[in-house]
Amino acid sequence: MTTPTLATQSAISDEIAEIAAGAVPGGQQPQLDYAPYRSSLLRHPTKDLQQVDPEGIELWAPCFGHQDVDPLEADLTIQHSGEPIGERITIAGRVVDGSSRPVAHQLVEIWQANAGGRYIHQRDQHPAPLDPNFTGAGRCLTDADGTYTFQTIKPGPYPWKNHRNAWRPAHVHFSLFGTDFTQRMITQMYFPGDPLFALDPIYQSITDQDDRDRLVATYDHDLTRPEWSTGYRWDIVLTGSHRTWMDDEDHT
Amino acid sequence: MSDRLRPTPGQTVGPFFHYALPFAGDSELVPPGRPDAIRLHGRVLDGQVAPLQDALVEIWQADPEGVVVQEPGSIHRDGWTFTGWGRAATDNTGRYSFTTLLPGATEPGAAPFFAVTVFARGLLNRLFTRAYVPGHPALVDDALLSSLDATRRQTLVAAADASGLEFDIHLQGDRETVFLTYPGH
Ligand SMILES: [Fe+2]
Repeated sequence: MTTPTLATQSAISDEIAEIAAGAVPGGQQPQLDYAPYRSSLLRHPTKDLQQVDPEGIELWAPCFGHQDVDPLEADLTIQHSGEPIGERITIAGRVVDGSSRPVAHQLVEIWQANAGGRYIHQRDQHPAPLDPNFTGAGRCLTDADGTYTFQTIKPGPYPWKNHRNAWRPAHVHFSLFGTDFTQRMITQMYFPGDPLFALDPIYQSITDQDDRDRLVATYDHDLTRPEWSTGYRWDIVLTGSHRTWMDDEDHT
Repeated sequence: MSDRLRPTPGQTVGPFFHYALPFAGDSELVPPGRPDAIRLHGRVLDGQVAPLQDALVEIWQADPEGVVVQEPGSIHRDGWTFTGWGRAATDNTGRYSFTTLLPGATEPGAAPFFAVTVFARGLLNRLFTRAYVPGHPALVDDALLSSLDATRRQTLVAAADASGLEFDIHLQGDRETVFLTYPGH
């Protein structure tokens, strides 16, 4: 066994720039075959995705209800006996489909590192402190308008071993369901102005700047609560629904 | 389609989802002891046929009569309500396993299948596929299966075994699973 030599950041940045220069505009989604993210090398399909019209079960999505999600699960700062360390924030936004219809009463799940950039996960070896008052996982249901709201603390950036001195921009992982199975998605929300954006192969795997920008929350002073927390707004658009909506169908 | 909003892009699930996404009973759509319960299981494999220990598989299916269930309770799992949805992280041999019911055809003449979503570290966006129920007479007329050559078609049909169905997911390689994209994606 030879220990693979990790690439330098400048080598990774050159790869990122080269792919960006050759990318077709309007890709929308991340490239699955994106070598600067080394773990993707053996984990991306090599054949084109098969275009198919959704049928039967694919036209519907699972339902979640109040027996599934306690409203308190949307507050990641109250899961332990003490207050977590860090910058207390509110993250709120709307989940809509491609036709601007709200995705109502649907499950949103989040998870994140603590303020020091450490996950409670066993495999996280970053020698930053765990916070006994922060787990970093939450859930909620969107309301009738598609709005979700979480109270949490701002996660820290963290190192990973993709290449030498690799650091992820601070982010919150989001898991989303729509009204159709085909809208299922998991993504990451970032914070505005992060200096690590240009260096991060996961963020840069979305080669169109406008599309990348859609993952960045906006500071929103209207969501900021006096003497309590700062607010970030992040709206989420799922791919369009394929079902034929009836005019009188209750989708709000 | 110019009135369509551009979708928010996906990102990898990453390596650290295990303390957040799995929950008690996530892969048990019905309790394991139920007489009509089947097991749907398989491995998630990379381009060197190495198992993924950090993949997450979700299924969404009709009930045995072909009814698309619209009942909440997938997380709460009261033991009586079949919701049609489940989630299973792969173990350290790359295997996922669900306890569920055999899905029925959602329309007369349709081939029953499990709708499957795959997430993993190293996979920059989710992948969709179908696990068809083997031996069903409607398989021969299925539009998707008919559009594929025999080798590719085979990747979408589960194999019957003693406990139910086995469905391996190859992200890459000679036996690469057919992954799907839908209009508007
Ligand atoms: Fe992360």
